[in-house]
This record gives sequence, C-alpha cells and structure tokens, in this order.
Amino acid sequence: MSRISPTRVAPAVPPWRNPRVQAIVWQALLVLALLALAVWLVTNARQALDERGMTSGLGFLFDPAQFAVGEAFFVFKPGSTYLAALAVGLGNTVMLSLVSILTATVLGAALGFARLSRNALIAGLAKAYVEAFRNTPQLVQIVFWYSFFTLLPGPRQSWSILDLAFASNRGLTVPAPENGDVFLLMLGMLALGALLALVFAHLADRHRRRTGRPWRLVRLTELAVLLLPALGAWLACGAPLGWSVPELRGFNYVGGATLAPEFLAIYFGLSFYIAAFIAEIVRGGLVSVDAGQIEAANAIGLSRGDLYRKVMVPQALRVIIPPLAAQYVSLLKNSSLGVAVGYPDLFSISNTALTYSGRTIEVLCIMAAVYLLLSLAIGAAANVVNRFVQIPER
Amino acid sequence: MGTLPRSFARPASSPPRRPPADARGVRAFAQAHLFQSPLAGLFTFLLGAVVIVALWHILRWSVVDAVWYAPDNGAACRTATGACWAVIVEKYRVILFGAYPYDQQWRGGLIVAIWLAWGAVSATRLLGVGTRLTGWALVFAASILLLGGGVAGLERVGTDLWGGLPLTFIIFGGTIAGGLPLAILLAIGRRSELPVVRLLCVATIEGVRGIPLLALLFFAALILPLFLPPQLTVDKLIRAEIGMIIFFAAYAAEVVRGGLQAMPEGQDEAAKALGLGYWLRMRKIILPQALAIVVPALFNDIIRAFKNTTFFSILGLFDVLGATKAALQDPNWVRYGTEGYLFVFLLYFIICSAMSLYGGSIERDNQRRVRRAT
Repeated sequence: MSRISPTRVAPAVPPWRNPRVQAIVWQALLVLALLALAVWLVTNARQALDERGMTSGLGFLFDPAQFAVGEAFFVFKPGSTYLAALAVGLGNTVMLSLVSILTATVLGAALGFARLSRNALIAGLAKAYVEAFRNTPQLVQIVFWYSFFTLLPGPRQSWSILDLAFASNRGLTVPAPENGDVFLLMLGMLALGALLALVFAHLADRHRRRTGRPWRLVRLTELAVLLLPALGAWLACGAPLGWSVPELRGFNYVGGATLAPEFLAIYFGLSFYIAAFIAEIVRGGLVSVDAGQIEAANAIGLSRGDLYRKVMVPQALRVIIPPLAAQYVSLLKNSSLGVAVGYPDLFSISNTALTYSGRTIEVLCIMAAVYLLLSLAIGAAANVVNRFVQIPER
Repeated sequence: MGTLPRSFARPASSPPRRPPADARGVRAFAQAHLFQSPLAGLFTFLLGAVVIVALWHILRWSVVDAVWYAPDNGAACRTATGACWAVIVEKYRVILFGAYPYDQQWRGGLIVAIWLAWGAVSATRLLGVGTRLTGWALVFAASILLLGGGVAGLERVGTDLWGGLPLTFIIFGGTIAGGLPLAILLAIGRRSELPVVRLLCVATIEGVRGIPLLALLFFAALILPLFLPPQLTVDKLIRAEIGMIIFFAAYAAEVVRGGLQAMPEGQDEAAKALGLGYWLRMRKIILPQALAIVVPALFNDIIRAFKNTTFFSILGLFDVLGATKAALQDPNWVRYGTEGYLFVFLLYFIICSAMSLYGGSIERDNQRRVRRAT
C-alpha cells in the first residue's frame, strides 16, 4: 500500500486573482461608470433646458391643450387638458388594437387552415397572400391603403357594394344600427355571454369526465348562455330594430356610419400584415401535431371536423399561443404607425402634445411607459391563457 | 349460428388488385388536389372562375389599359382607365435616389449595383463565411464613402441630401453592423453570473422590446441632443441609426440567447477544463457554434430590420418610402399615389423575398449538416 501523501495546502490566492473579488470589483466599476454617465447626461439636459428657458415637471398635464385631433373611437375637444388628450390617444390605441387583433386572428387562422387545405387552389391563394403581405414593410402597406382610399372618387361616383356600403374618398360608408349605444352594449353582453359559455362548457366537460354521462341538452344550454345576456340587454332597452342605411344626398351621405380613410388605412395595415404572420404560426402549430395522433383519430373513425376540434387544435394551441402573443404585442406597438396617416392614436397625440407643450422628455417618457405597460399586460394575459392550454404530460 | 366462416383470411382465389394510379402528371395532380369529389370539383371550379375574373381585371388595369409613358405632365393618364405607370417612368430618379444631386446620382446607382452584385456572390456560397462578411464590411464602408464623397476627387454631399435606395441600404447595413455585436453582448450579459450585468441586460432587452420602434427613434432624434453637450452635435441620420441599432439588438439578443441555451453544457465545461478564460471560451468555443445554430432565426430579424428602414420616412428622412412620398407631392402626379406605392411595395417584396429564400436555404443546409453529424 502506497502511503498517502499529506495534502498540500494550496497557496493562498491573492485577492486580485480571486474570482469572487474580481466579480465584485468589476460590477462596482460598471455601476460607477453608469452613474457617472447618468450624472453627465442629466447635467447636460439641465443646462440645455435652462438655456432654452424651459421648465420641467408633470404639472403641464393639467394645462389646457389647444390643438384639435381627428375623429376616432374617442373624441377630444380642444381646450381640455393634456392628460385628457393622452387618455383619448390611449383609448383610440386600445380600441384600434382590439379590433385589429380580432380581425387579424380570424383572418390569420382561416389562412393558416387554408394553407393546409387539400385543395391546391385554396392552399396556393393563401400562400400567395402570406408571401405578399409578410415580405413587404407594414408602413408601405399602411401608406398604400391611405393613398388608395383618399384617391377614390368622390361620393357621387363612389364604388357601391350592393347599394348598402359605399367606398369613396370620404372613406367607407356602411349601414349602422340607429341606436349605436344599445348596439355597443349588446356587443359587450355578447362577449360576456361567450365568457360564461366557455365556463359552462368547462363545467359540463368536467361533469361528463367524472360521471361518464353528459348533462342533458348541454349544447342547447350552452347556446342559451351565450346569447341570453345580449338578448336581455336588447329587450331591456326596448328592442330597437332600426338600421340606418347610407343614402347619397347632394354631395355626401345621409345615414349609416363612415369609417375615415385614416382609420381604414391603419386598420387594414395592422390587420392584414399581422394576419400573414398569424397564418404561418397557425400552420406551424397544426403541422407540429404528431402524425400518429391524426392516424389514431382516423382509426377510431373521428370525422374531419372532430379531428380538428378534438385532436389537432388543442395540441396545436400549445405551440401557437406564445408566438401569437408576440404578434399581438407587435401589432399594438405598430399601431403607433397611425402617426404616418394622421390617425389620432397615443403616439400621434403624444407627438402633437410634445410640440405644443414643449415637454419633449416628459411626454415621450409617459408614452413609452404606457406602451411598455400595455405590452406587459398582453404578455401576462398570454401567460394565463397558456397555462390553460398546456396539456399535462405524464 | 353456425354460418361463421372458419377463417377471416382472404381466400386464395381473390382477384389481384390493380396497381395504384400513377401519382405523377398534371391529371393525377388535378384529381388528387383539385377534383377529389364532385362537390370539391364544383367548388374548385367556382373559386377558379372568381380568381380568373379577378386576375383578368387586375391584368386589364395594370397592363392592357395602363399608360406607360405620358409626356406633358401626365396628360395621357388623365383619360386612361388603367394604371398610370408613367408616374414611375417620370419619377424613378427621385424614388431611387431622393434629393441626391442629379449629376452625382451615378454614385447611388453604383452603390446599388455593388450591393446587388455582392449579394448575388454571397448567395452562391462559393466563398468562405469570413470572406463574405469581410466583403460586406468593405461594401458598407465603400457605400458610405461613395455617397458622402470628399475623397478621391468626389464632390462632398451632406447626409441631408442622401436618399432613396442607397440610403435604405446604408441604414440597413448600419443596423446590422452595429446591432449584431451589441446583440451578442446583450445575450452573453443576460446569461452572465454577475447579477448587476444580468439585470442591466434584462432591463435593456425587455424595456426596448416593450416600446414601439417609432418611440425609440423619437427618443434618439428628439431627446438625445438634449442630453449631450451643445458642442457635440450628432447628425440626425446617425441619431436615428442609434435607435435602429438598439431596437434590432434587443430582438436579436433573444435569438442569440436561444442559441447559447441550445449549446450543450459539456462544451463550456471542456473548455474550462482546458484552462481557457471566459472571453477565450466565448470567442473560440461557444459563440461560433451558437451563432451557427441561430443564423436562420436571425434572418427573420434581419429581414424585419430591412423592412423597418421605412420608419425613417416618418422622421423626415428620404429612404425609398420617404423619397416616394416626396415625389408624389408633385401636383401633376399626386393622383397616381396608388401606382407609386405599388412600385415601392414590389421593390421591397423582391428584396425581402430574396433574403427570405436565402435564409431558408441556410436553414436547409444546417439541417443537412446536423443529420450528417448524428
């Protein structure tokens, strides 16, 4: 047996070669350098502001803002405060993003399925759409739509769609319910109904799994849950039925609602562009479903509808949700391109506000913070949804 | 009962089945993909009719009834029922070169030619990666010298006069040249063991990704000058470019991080065992492999960076879109904006599609290499 040699004591590492000491020193130096940079920048800014006789602070938010803003979802009256102007911008951005997200999702999902269609014509058309809209800048598309709508002929030579809707240089004039508030209320109630129906379907499903027996008339009840809130709201408001259809009188339309070219440009630009990306995400998700799953579903004789509804979509959603949320964030942020066509969203109102108030730093920081919060909110919502669609494996 | 057959096996006398129909050829394709059943056939037929009518209308507007040449400020376009492509013929110099001095525009043309030529050479992959990248760096530097002038007897042209496709290419080149190194640093920093460095990188990446590019560009264009001493004036183009670089870097950093995470731990450990220091490990072991994995994914960001160059038009700079907007201000041609923007649309479509195809081919190459390795 060989003798075990006494362990040699490692020579003490000098402190400047100790990785832990090094780490602390490097980080301290980094923090100091950044602090010095920040102090330098702020001193410069102070000096610049003093030279121009500008003050800083957030007090200006409550001063009246003397500028006019184009019409959109929310209307701003000149003379209200800057805070109100920014709030109107935020409201317009949120509403524009919501309707665009809805349109882009529906269109994108349809295109994604269409790309996998067994019919080569449908698949080819969907592919052509995706390639055309994905490989061109969104801003070019927005500017194109704006120029397209503003260059349409005037109302007297407008393009008529079945004599119900008219496209002219004033925008798109469409039939609208006479009582707009009730209509909006009903839309809200319909959304509530959809949410309740989802909860109900979840409960019914759990009951069926637990007992092996479905509730009776479960589909019918689900439909009722979906529609009842909207129907109730409609009846409670006295069941208004009137729709106002646009009609050409003189040089303009009477009745209906007109969507301005500014809105159409940014709405089409946002929805059609993002739809192309969503189509690719949906297609990727569907393709990612294991072929064995589809074969198994065919073997037990599921119909093609059930194959999609019960086997492919639930598994595809796991892959689809995270990149989908990224696209929603991208859509929200690019709604700032409304400034290019004069749509009064948060960005373009901020841009006007900073010119009028001279508070460049404050206005830009508020705007950036709001966009950041909205992006984070979408991310958080996506995380919640994602947890629901994850299928626990083993 | 009693009638059950002894065996379910196919009797030996069953007639042989016909071989499957040849799956190739136009007829077989049509049968399998267009006319599977009478209903599907009818649908295909109707949809096909709609498509053909739509295509005919588009063809009539864009080719048959179109006006290609219209002297006297587009007189011929006023009465035409089709597209007025004469606006492109009239304004292509402005669209492609912006407000650049007219007699010097050959320099812009030369830049575009160099970019396209080197792009074509790179796409063939006859040269090594190092040569190609060095070539791109030289092309970029040469473009700036050529457009700016002031050397080798070239007339000096200020950045305020730069415009059109050469400017778009330079903005794009600058974004990638400045953004990729920054992205790599941010990605490494995000995975660093030093908490301060990690925190800074995470804050930068997430903060930038949460705000619109336009906001970042406005920060760079409007606020940056306030924070710099008055004697240090930075050109408007460079300020906007800084915004572009930071935005690209924040997105690309996440892609690079994906590559770093995909690296097997053993690579780093083996390098440590050999006694390599941190930066040497990164430079020689980790980054070359991680970057090779993420090149196809990076291409998406690179294409987006190219599309995002159009944002400069909002800042009042004359990239292709900005120059087109300016060209269409002409009251004689303002009515043909649709044609003008369609031209820009097509221009971007061709360039982006080419890049996208190239990115796809790299991805296939990568997959082939991986398959051989396993």
